[in-house]
Amino acid sequence: MRILIILLSIIFCHNSASAQSKISLGLQLEPPNLDPTSGAAAAIDEVVYGNIFEGLVKIDQNGNIKPGLALYWEISSDRRSYVFHLAEGVTFHDGTLFHANDVKYSFNRARAVNSTNAKKYIFAPITNIDVFDALTVMISLDNARTDFLFNIGLGDAVIVSEKTASENAFNPVGTGPFMFKDWVRGDRISLVRNDNYWGDAPRLERVDFKIITDPLSAYTAMKAGDIDAFPNYPAPENLFLFNNDPSYEVIVGLTAGETILGTNNKKAPFDNILVRKAMAHAINRQELIDGAMFGNAAPIGSHFAPDHPDYIDLTGIFPHDLDKARAFLKEAGLEKGFTASLKLPPPIYARRTGELIAHQLGKIGIDVEIENMEWAQWIDQVLRNKNFDLTIVSHVEPVDINIYANPNYYFGYDNEDFQNIIKEIDDSGDATETSSLYKLAQRKIADDAVNGYLFQLGKYGVWKRGVKGMWKNYPIRSNDLSAVYIEGADE
Amino acid sequence: MIHFVLKRLASLVLTLLVATGVIFIMIEVVPGDPAAYMMGLSNNAEAADALRSQMGLDAPAWDRYKSWVSGMIAGDFGISYTYRIPVSELVGDRMMVSVPLTIYALILSTIIAIPVGVIAASKRGSIVDTGLMGFAQIGVAIPNFWFAILLVLLFSTSLQWFSAGGFPGWDAGIVECLKALTLPAISLALPQAAILSRVMRTSMLDVMNEDYIRTARAKGLTKRQALIRHGLRNAMIPVLTILGLQFSFLLAGGIIIESIFSLPGLGRLVFQSIAQRDLIVVKSIVTLLVFAVVMITFIVDMAYAVVDPRLREGNSK
Repeated sequence: MRILIILLSIIFCHNSASAQSKISLGLQLEPPNLDPTSGAAAAIDEVVYGNIFEGLVKIDQNGNIKPGLALYWEISSDRRSYVFHLAEGVTFHDGTLFHANDVKYSFNRARAVNSTNAKKYIFAPITNIDVFDALTVMISLDNARTDFLFNIGLGDAVIVSEKTASENAFNPVGTGPFMFKDWVRGDRISLVRNDNYWGDAPRLERVDFKIITDPLSAYTAMKAGDIDAFPNYPAPENLFLFNNDPSYEVIVGLTAGETILGTNNKKAPFDNILVRKAMAHAINRQELIDGAMFGNAAPIGSHFAPDHPDYIDLTGIFPHDLDKARAFLKEAGLEKGFTASLKLPPPIYARRTGELIAHQLGKIGIDVEIENMEWAQWIDQVLRNKNFDLTIVSHVEPVDINIYANPNYYFGYDNEDFQNIIKEIDDSGDATETSSLYKLAQRKIADDAVNGYLFQLGKYGVWKRGVKGMWKNYPIRSNDLSAVYIEGADE
Repeated sequence: MIHFVLKRLASLVLTLLVATGVIFIMIEVVPGDPAAYMMGLSNNAEAADALRSQMGLDAPAWDRYKSWVSGMIAGDFGISYTYRIPVSELVGDRMMVSVPLTIYALILSTIIAIPVGVIAASKRGSIVDTGLMGFAQIGVAIPNFWFAILLVLLFSTSLQWFSAGGFPGWDAGIVECLKALTLPAISLALPQAAILSRVMRTSMLDVMNEDYIRTARAKGLTKRQALIRHGLRNAMIPVLTILGLQFSFLLAGGIIIESIFSLPGLGRLVFQSIAQRDLIVVKSIVTLLVFAVVMITFIVDMAYAVVDPRLREGNSK
């Protein structure tokens, strides 16, 4: 009888655990493949980062650098060499033992001539990779690089195994707490717990990422109970429908996405700072945030994330003031106004904001013609051929103010002072110095009104009450599930 | 009959060949580069070039056309640029959703439309006729995506009888799959049924005035017997034409319904592939759709011959 009770309790416990330690997450964009080291799709990292693949260091939900496969590291006094001490007993999901050679292989692959890594520049400063022993590797750089450690924490720099690297696109093999199970394209991607994980065992047994592209379907799928969480809920317009429902939690955080009115600084009349200042005064950020994002976004005055420790609020440099805007236009000799095209990529934030921007600029006599386009067209016309006047796009890469130092980037800002600031940041190793330089950089591009600085895209997390440990913010695109659990599921 | 079949087959092959040429040229001139798309905002030209040569996009156009067509004949559709798996596998999986969904929707629409059309025709001018055709009119007017959303709100979020979307896969069992396809099939079937029932009614009315119905009545059959034995078969010809058209339309035209129900169907794959410039997938699917349309027309032609013996005899002379 006692045996029967024990047996029953085992069966019962087993059932309750397997029934609830699964989670279904909604994902709006399906990743094109699952290899984070090739291509730039954020959707890849949303599935694999911190779950399937790990890097030497790990970025946490507040954007801080934490130990990853490297438990600790030493940086030389000239900040040109890093010695990483790797975790012991780590295996890849195919059973291969992780070795310092894998670090060397991964980084060499990323910086090779035929590399398809979208952030090859991360690896450009590397001059040497020396493997001391199975668990120690030294990376030498050509110069001190402030952001090197952060950069190797990105999805583009995860550690892969030579044996399986070529198949990671469709059968990813990493060292992370979850293993790839299967992918029904267009429907879902499933991961299962890695029982041999070297770190703290994850509490979830199985994770299903369900691809739900339609914003309204995101709502109905949550309400019908098909999914447990939508970490990056695509419909700010109906978020309020969850607020009154006690069975859901809505957490509004921030992404690293600075949404800007991209302006072609090399093309008349936008090469004239007076015109750009006029536009900056004409923009009413609050109206954009309320009208396009239903109140769920943070205003920005420069190209920097408000939750970054070095952020300064510069929204006051060009407050919404139509008189000043008109005065600047008059000073530029354009008081009669002019016509400009506004090329908009597909995301809903861009389309909605675009309509309002056209209206706002219209008030000072700038006649904006909206042109909606697909991403492929946008990349071709705006990003590559710089054939545009204005555009709206969100720059989702973390701490990417350095794009302003590239005079060939699409908005064409070519300023030596700014380029020097970025160079100083690169070379500086000192945290306080870096911090004040970042502030200087923010102020510089804000003063020059390079682009219209609109708002930081929000991250809207919606989940069933009881789901714990999900990220509030998206300093990088990741749904790290290693610490996620469903309350009451384990007991 | 054999002559009739051969002639149809020859025009089928010719249509397909011409279609591949047109499709290839159209895809060639579309602006946008799949490799640049993959690199996104990083605008990394060097990595994009490496990716392009990995995809085999640096070969001359004529070579690519030849290898594409010869590959397809051998059953090899190539490797998807974005997913990096064989196109045949990708498309095959989607067909396992789209084809059953289309058939399901057509069966539903036929089950509704034919009796409605026949009843309305036989009670022409009565309140039943007006009522049924009024409903059909509403059915034509209601956009199917709106109807789909209403279905989801009622049966998924409120009653929770069905899940709001997704497809469990055929491994999960036929019942689960049919359940997942039910709401989408109803949404697709309703407007089709409305159109079909109107065609059925008109066609039935035409037939009712024919001499052979009068003869059948004179022979002593009741009105209903005459209609069912002699009328229905003849009235089916225009209905078959519409059914054939609807099948081709539904196969890839269900994209909005697929999005609402998050179904991994063919329509969404085409849409996504166009957006991502996964051109090899676009080419293959469009070719496949041309093939499907041509085949369906062929099958409908054959079906005509079955319901109408004159077609067979006329061509075998």
